Amino acid sequence: MNALLAADLPYWVQSLLRVLGGLVAVLLPAGTIVYLFLFKMMSFMQSRLGPMEAGPYGSMQLFAEVGKWLQKEDITPARADRTIFKIAPLVVLASTFLLVAVVPFGPDAWFTNFEAGVFYMLAVSSVSVLGILIAGWSSANKYSLLGGLRAAGQLIAYELPMVLAVIGVIIQAGTMNLQGIVVAQNGGEIFGWNGLGNPYILTQFTGFIIFMIAVQAELTQTPFDMPIAESELVSGYMTEYSGFRFLTFFIAEFATAGVFSLIASVLFLGGWGVPFAWFDWKSIDDISDWMNVVGPLIMFTKMMVLAFVIMWVRFSYPRFREDQLQRFAWKVLIPISLVNIMITAILKVAF
Amino acid sequence: MPKVPGLLKGLGVTLNTLKRTAIDGANTVQYPHEKEAPPIRARGVIALHEGNCTSCMLCVRSCPDWCIYIEGHKEMAPPRRAGGKPRQVNKLDRFDIDYALCMYCGICVEVCPFDALFWSPEYEYSEPKIADLLHDKAKLSEWMETVPEAPALEAGAEKKGKK
Amino acid sequence: MTSTESLIDRRQLAYIASQAADARLNVELETEGMTLNIGPQHPATHGTLRIIAHLDGEQVVWAEPSCGYMHRGYEKLTEVRTYPQVTSLVNRIDWLGSFANEVPFILAAEKLMGIEAPPRAQWIRTILFELSRIANVSLFLGDLGVQLGAVTPVFMAFRDREHVLNLIEATTGGRFHPNFDRIGGLKDDLPAGFIDETRAVMKTLRNFCTEMEDLLFGNEIFQSRTRGIGVIPKDIAMQYGLSGANLRASGVDWDLRRDQSLPMAWDKVDWKVWTHPDGDSFARCWIRLQEVRESTLIVDQLLNNIPSGPVMAKVPRIIKVPEGEAWVSTENPLGEMGYYVVSKGDLGPFRTKIRSASFNNISIVPWILKGVYVPDIITILASLYFILGDIDR
Repeated sequence: MNALLAADLPYWVQSLLRVLGGLVAVLLPAGTIVYLFLFKMMSFMQSRLGPMEAGPYGSMQLFAEVGKWLQKEDITPARADRTIFKIAPLVVLASTFLLVAVVPFGPDAWFTNFEAGVFYMLAVSSVSVLGILIAGWSSANKYSLLGGLRAAGQLIAYELPMVLAVIGVIIQAGTMNLQGIVVAQNGGEIFGWNGLGNPYILTQFTGFIIFMIAVQAELTQTPFDMPIAESELVSGYMTEYSGFRFLTFFIAEFATAGVFSLIASVLFLGGWGVPFAWFDWKSIDDISDWMNVVGPLIMFTKMMVLAFVIMWVRFSYPRFREDQLQRFAWKVLIPISLVNIMITAILKVAF
Repeated sequence: MPKVPGLLKGLGVTLNTLKRTAIDGANTVQYPHEKEAPPIRARGVIALHEGNCTSCMLCVRSCPDWCIYIEGHKEMAPPRRAGGKPRQVNKLDRFDIDYALCMYCGICVEVCPFDALFWSPEYEYSEPKIADLLHDKAKLSEWMETVPEAPALEAGAEKKGKK
Repeated sequence: MTSTESLIDRRQLAYIASQAADARLNVELETEGMTLNIGPQHPATHGTLRIIAHLDGEQVVWAEPSCGYMHRGYEKLTEVRTYPQVTSLVNRIDWLGSFANEVPFILAAEKLMGIEAPPRAQWIRTILFELSRIANVSLFLGDLGVQLGAVTPVFMAFRDREHVLNLIEATTGGRFHPNFDRIGGLKDDLPAGFIDETRAVMKTLRNFCTEMEDLLFGNEIFQSRTRGIGVIPKDIAMQYGLSGANLRASGVDWDLRRDQSLPMAWDKVDWKVWTHPDGDSFARCWIRLQEVRESTLIVDQLLNNIPSGPVMAKVPRIIKVPEGEAWVSTENPLGEMGYYVVSKGDLGPFRTKIRSASFNNISIVPWILKGVYVPDIITILASLYFILGDIDR
């Protein structure tokens, strides 16, 4: 996990640390989101208390649920494509772990410092849709098939606005390295004023909104949860899954919500950093080591804020229709993001 | 004032409810720990006042799903006054209500001419085995303790409420 | 053979060849339809309705409702029950607004016997009728959200409907199945404190309506999902025998509470029949929202001056209804509900025909589902608002 450690540790210890760090980075946000938002916030928004029995204020409820799912029978439908059916949840979960690999948590706390991090992130994020598609296809269920196909259609609709929204950030930062983007935001200045650095949510507000809408669609959260659509397709591609495999889908759903919140906070909210001007830092080499501990906490806070917004929207809105999403994506989001890129590019050249 | 978009208004409603639940408490009740008292008239369980029952079978016949079972026999009771003739009384052998069948319509309570049946708002008598839902005479008589007084009536009502 | 002829010939041949090629291509590209069974066990059918939908992609080619999975034979059952027993059966037809089911049957029996409930009973009947309408339709408003993907409204609906159910329980003793209506009046009078409590609850319900307007009806996503979806023109609605809010949403000003003179208290208060010209899903939902609000106002006015007196007319202890036939229908939460009671002078009806609103309302499903998308099936079914007990009886 840590580049400082990497210098003087044997390879297998490094790998083990990285795996453990990855598990923590994926499962901790997922668990927190499920408990804090899915169990508690949703309940409170609906004038009820949510789980209260397992542990103080129901805090152990998630473990109880996991235990319940592990006990359940793992059912494979008779007509299903067995191998594919069993792989699908793992493909979805794998994309989450692949995503977290490029997210920087501190000046030295990262899994890989990859030059084309943004490019990699955008490419890998669509792997989960592949998993959803094969889950829908292999279930041999009409509802699942419709859900899988909807997911595939959705991929085309939102992936493009997401890419285009990020391009504005890349132009401003001048790099595709996520670490570089964090440094560019915190070391930057808005027209000569550097009290806050330059978090791109201020200068790239349009891009931020479009990115969050696209994330909402990527995560298949309401109002874009057509692939799941409980009232229409009876949970869509997840219909035939039970027990552990359903749990995998469930974890993947909320872990991806966490990881995308992390990525959005890296791209738009300044990531792990604090404005460098506060401590008179000039570049990434000046940053004190304590940022490796404080950085992840700052990231976690920002992630929770963004996840709160994602979940808040999820619990408040009804869902779109598939063709309405397509129309919305192609006629509204993509033109706006193209204009956004143009304006960003012009301003970049002008100043 | 410009119109607030419906999307933001919706978010406001959920946030308000969140705030209200956090401050004023939820609208739900944590059941086994705290219980809501059912209203006095609630039809929870039927109680039997055994002494009043003459096993006239009216309730059995009026029950829409035939869930009451009565068996009785005639018995000669000693005369009330010395020197009188022995009286014939109906003795109740069996009075069972099958709560697995009962649909809580309350017709039996209403038709009973001798005030032997009463409604009680008690509701916690679920059983793991369906056969245990057949309450016999002794158990039905136990419920008599839980029968409340009839509620007072709203202004303008004419007669005094019975049971 | 002249050159012109051969030219025509070649043109024709080319045309035929191109046609054949097109036909081949069509055969190759032709997609097979898919038959999707929505139900009998499906979250969107609130019960066991089955919609057989033949799909081309996500578009419905034809759809047909198949009902009867929950047929309980109430029409037949009434023939072997006495009149007092029938009320306990029929309030299970539309289980969400159960008191309203008893009223038309009792009115029909009273009509045959030639008696009329005392005024106090009539007013309390009307109050309970409107309360059951509120309990029924407010749940619809919440359920509508779930059908369209919003999870929160249904919990708000359950929260506020609870107060109404508590009122009904405090008065009748039963939350869902009151069995409170009797031939010649009511079983009992109102308990003390009912009036004040009801006033407070009606205020809560009006707040709930405003909340639903903000949360759901004002939401642009909700509007885009419902506006222009499942439009029923006026004449089609009349032809299919729709009733209730579905008919009023198509612009037909028709409400049995106002258009009929029954021994109930609706004509004693001031209220409005809401109509909407559009006839689409949004109109149907909107009408229902307004009706909940209007019902709370009706109850408020009725509470102001309940006449005093008895709640039961003089009726014999064993009820025998004289020979004859009677038809009474009322404007129930779901639409027109009527009972045709044939009596031969026995303890129970000789024959009963129950006209329940939902059965007629879903008869339009094959017409209205043609050519819509799968998500719209759910929208339309939700906005038509049926209850399975009311379809299958």
